[in-house]
Amino acid sequence: MATDILMPALSPTMEEGKLAKWLKNEGDAVKSGDVLAEIETDKATMEVEAIDEGVLAKILIAEGTEGVKVNTPIAIIAAEGEDVSAASTGGAAPKADAATQPAPTPDMQAEGQAATPAPNAKTGDDAPKAPAAPATITNKAPAPVMEEFPAGTEMVSTTVREALRDAMAEEMRRDDAVFVMGEEVAEYQGAYKITQGLLQEFGARRVVDTPITEHGFAGIGVGAAFTGLRPIVEFMTFNFAMQAIDHIINSAAKTLYMSGGQLGCPIVFRGPNGAAARVGAQHSHDYSAWYSNVPGLKVIAPYTASDAKGLLKAAIRDPNPIIFLENEILYGQSFPVPKLDDFVLPIGKARIHRTGKDVTIVSFSIGMSYALKAAQALAEEGIEAEVIDLRTLRPMDTDTVVESVRKTGRCVTVEEGFPQSGIGAEISACLMVDAFDYLDAPVLRVTGKDVPMPYAANLEKLALPNVAEVIEAVKAVCYR
Amino acid sequence: MDAAKDAGRAASDPSLPEASPSASIEAGNPAETHAPAPNAPQFTREEDLHAYHEMLLIRRFEEKAGQLYGMGLIGGFCHLYIGQEAVVIGMQMASVDGDQVITGYRDHGHMLACGMDPKGVMAELTGRRGGYSRGKGGSMHMFSREKQFFGGHGIVGAQVSLGTGLAFADAYRKNGQVSLTYMGDGAANQGQVYESFNMAQLWKLPVVYVIENNRYAMGTSVARASAQTDFSRRGISFGIPGEQVDGMDVRTVREAATRAIQHARSGEGPYILEMQTYRYRGHSMSDPAKYRTKDEVSKMREEHDPIEMVRKRLIEMHGVPEADLKATDAKVRETVNQSAEFATHDPEPDPAELWTDILLDARA
Repeated sequence: MATDILMPALSPTMEEGKLAKWLKNEGDAVKSGDVLAEIETDKATMEVEAIDEGVLAKILIAEGTEGVKVNTPIAIIAAEGEDVSAASTGGAAPKADAATQPAPTPDMQAEGQAATPAPNAKTGDDAPKAPAAPATITNKAPAPVMEEFPAGTEMVSTTVREALRDAMAEEMRRDDAVFVMGEEVAEYQGAYKITQGLLQEFGARRVVDTPITEHGFAGIGVGAAFTGLRPIVEFMTFNFAMQAIDHIINSAAKTLYMSGGQLGCPIVFRGPNGAAARVGAQHSHDYSAWYSNVPGLKVIAPYTASDAKGLLKAAIRDPNPIIFLENEILYGQSFPVPKLDDFVLPIGKARIHRTGKDVTIVSFSIGMSYALKAAQALAEEGIEAEVIDLRTLRPMDTDTVVESVRKTGRCVTVEEGFPQSGIGAEISACLMVDAFDYLDAPVLRVTGKDVPMPYAANLEKLALPNVAEVIEAVKAVCYR
Repeated sequence: MDAAKDAGRAASDPSLPEASPSASIEAGNPAETHAPAPNAPQFTREEDLHAYHEMLLIRRFEEKAGQLYGMGLIGGFCHLYIGQEAVVIGMQMASVDGDQVITGYRDHGHMLACGMDPKGVMAELTGRRGGYSRGKGGSMHMFSREKQFFGGHGIVGAQVSLGTGLAFADAYRKNGQVSLTYMGDGAANQGQVYESFNMAQLWKLPVVYVIENNRYAMGTSVARASAQTDFSRRGISFGIPGEQVDGMDVRTVREAATRAIQHARSGEGPYILEMQTYRYRGHSMSDPAKYRTKDEVSKMREEHDPIEMVRKRLIEMHGVPEADLKATDAKVRETVNQSAEFATHDPEPDPAELWTDILLDARA
């Protein structure tokens, strides 16, 4: 009987791809192992092999077609002598015999159903206490940073992935002291294709493939930075940086202080942080709160491509150790990026992404996608949410948050990390001190659940925050 | 400054309680390992005089630090280098200006050998504003960009990856410099050491790994902690050459260092030197040293003291009058006393220093 070949999911986060090329024609006999087609994902070009014998009866998706969704039938394989025209397609596709097994699409959009009550978003759990005197010098009342480039600047739709690559390439052109090191950054073109093309432009001296040895190469990067080089150390994911965290904290973050200001460490540690999709507990940890806890570090976690570019350029130029937390799911998303020769954003400034008067939603990185969808839905119900993208977690621009909450009187925080001692907990504590008299409701936190990340699709969905939880929390603080 | 007098001082030092022979662990006979090489390379008169002065400065400085610790003027951890002086001085005699030095927490000797001011080092030990880190680093955390001294690191083994990074930067800049990366026999068992060995050889980085084998990682003897006690062989699986060196004889140290540094500087990659040495004092000031016998220590002091060996040569071979050496001794004592004087009278850091040096100003 005829079977459909489905568009395969070739990475944990792939939702669609380009059918780049058919290597077999209609009518060709195929046997197991034959390469049928080439598919371009957001990360690489992959070959699709046949598993069964038969005849390539019909090609359903022409080569060159972009945006083919995972699990779409792309061809039909018939048995020898079978009537091809009788082979059905579409609808309830049978098992995808001829290709790699399709993974369920991780659908970040499909929120709102089956949301269990969020146990951690119920009450304001910060008991009243004597506020400690603010110990650090804060930047005073910055104006909302909405305009960060001249009006009328041409905007180019760019993925976060391209924006990060462009930022590194521009800074490497500008300064010979900047180099990239990490696993698969050079010849492989980046495990997530972030360093694509850099080896070709800058050569092996400045784009350095390392062995799988995070502790060692993080230390080498820090040592090189002590001499004034400006390493960009890529961790394939921040989960693996656990092996290197001693050098990040003890060597990079503390040495300036311990040397009485003599020995700076201009280094950027970057890579994807937090959950991707279906990669299990050891590959899904969000370290935002961990690094934001450490004096001597700056911690950046951008959401848009524009912020990713402008802030990564700033990070590379900064004389301090920077933790640059990316998100794998955001890599393929496109945002307008200003077409400017040198677009650098200030580290430590939040951005009011959407203005509103009724409630303040504070988030960062992929949390912003929940926050913005919730704000859209709430607007339809007459609740105008102001959405603040922190962008930088340390130093944290709490002034912008406080100013907003003094206006709205209500605040909900959104993050994928765990609830205890999280970014939301920090925001909540700041508001207790600086906006206590303005609060009309306890601050609520929407966070990842307090469990290691499960693998099963349904459980993973439950473990992550979702739009419904944000809406629920906002309504709770608005007493609606 | 003869050995007997030195031993007497140690015995009366309240910070160094008597070792208990009953609790001691047989550690082999150090004398056999450290017998002076019969064909040891010779130093000129000037070289021996230089080595004598430099090693004596470290010895007297460390003795003074021990005293100040006993008086409560130095706090926390304080790891003395007494006994190991020939290692860092021999290494420095083979290096050139620009070569970088990085080590672990037993670091005062390395600082002085790099030419850092004893006043600044001692004032850091006492936590004063005139210290190299303005009192914010302490015994284990001092640095001097000017002298190419990169610390001073308190996490055992971390300096090995960092020192390999210094060499990475040298290769990146093609500046002809070599990173002298020191570690102890304890650090040599850390995983990141081998991650570093691998990359250093893979990329042919100009680094000399100096393993100061003083026989005890804190209180654990080499034999109890290391499956392979010949540390010069620790790079074999990476193809890194290594050799064991009598680390009590400054001449053999310098000779081996010259070979190793030449190897690294010429682009052939890393080199390992296992320096067989001995620390007379405990691991830190609070170590009663019950893991070894008092005899073991006094035998090393009497028969293999690196400074006494040079002193003997200066008198017997080079015909230096004893009065000249006494003058050197007096000069060194004066330098050390001045550093102690400074370190005890320099004010503590201004309270405002609490909030400085956390981040550099990005606009600068």
